[in-house]
Amino acid sequence: MSVSVQAEDFDISREVAALTSDRTDIGAIVTFTGTVRGKNVGAELSSMTLEHYPGMTEAELARVEAEAHARWPLQGTRIVHRIGTLAPGDNIVLVVTASAHRHAAFEAAAFLMDYLKSRAPFWKKETDASGDGRWVDARESDDAALERWKAR
Amino acid sequence: MTVTLRYFAWLRERVGRSEEVLDVPRGVTTVADLIGWLQTRGPEYASAFERAEVIRAAIDHAHVRQEAPIAGAREIGFFPPVTGG
Repeated sequence: MSVSVQAEDFDISREVAALTSDRTDIGAIVTFTGTVRGKNVGAELSSMTLEHYPGMTEAELARVEAEAHARWPLQGTRIVHRIGTLAPGDNIVLVVTASAHRHAAFEAAAFLMDYLKSRAPFWKKETDASGDGRWVDARESDDAALERWKAR
Repeated sequence: MTVTLRYFAWLRERVGRSEEVLDVPRGVTTVADLIGWLQTRGPEYASAFERAEVIRAAIDHAHVRQEAPIAGAREIGFFPPVTGG
């Protein structure tokens, strides 16, 4: 289990290798990468800036990760979330889950993303070509995504 | 009670600072009370905390509801609903 909040980009291959090196008990690895869309609600984006709550972010991501380990038999997990100013197409977030079998790895990756999106203290501000900034509104659908895990 | 308050995203922009240490008066016992008290501290606070129902809070780095007691809190963070990922 490990989480990182960083300005730098991440390398998926390197993150997966770090999680699986010297292990033979893993049969399934799922990776999810979230990237910056160049268009949101029709408007072209020139950049996106991610703010977070230092200290709480790391604590919340660790709680979310521990919850995933409590629900599924996982051999390893990794969460990397970027902060600062990013351009369209840039990576934002990486989630990696490793398990003996695919179902646990798929489900845990979806769970981690749903929980992260509704609980981890990050805020996105979009800037358009004219330099105007706009804070992104939270989506109702993200809360709805969380509800499906509560029913279990 | 002395507590560190931290503000994020548009709350930070409207208050005009990212954190401050305040002496909270007796009688302010919950997060909701604290929001109500902050609203009276000036136009920048009134603007930031205008829509109290959308504001989220954390005490010592853990999410709390607005009815949560603030006794013993070292740090209280206020922010809009999160939009990461």
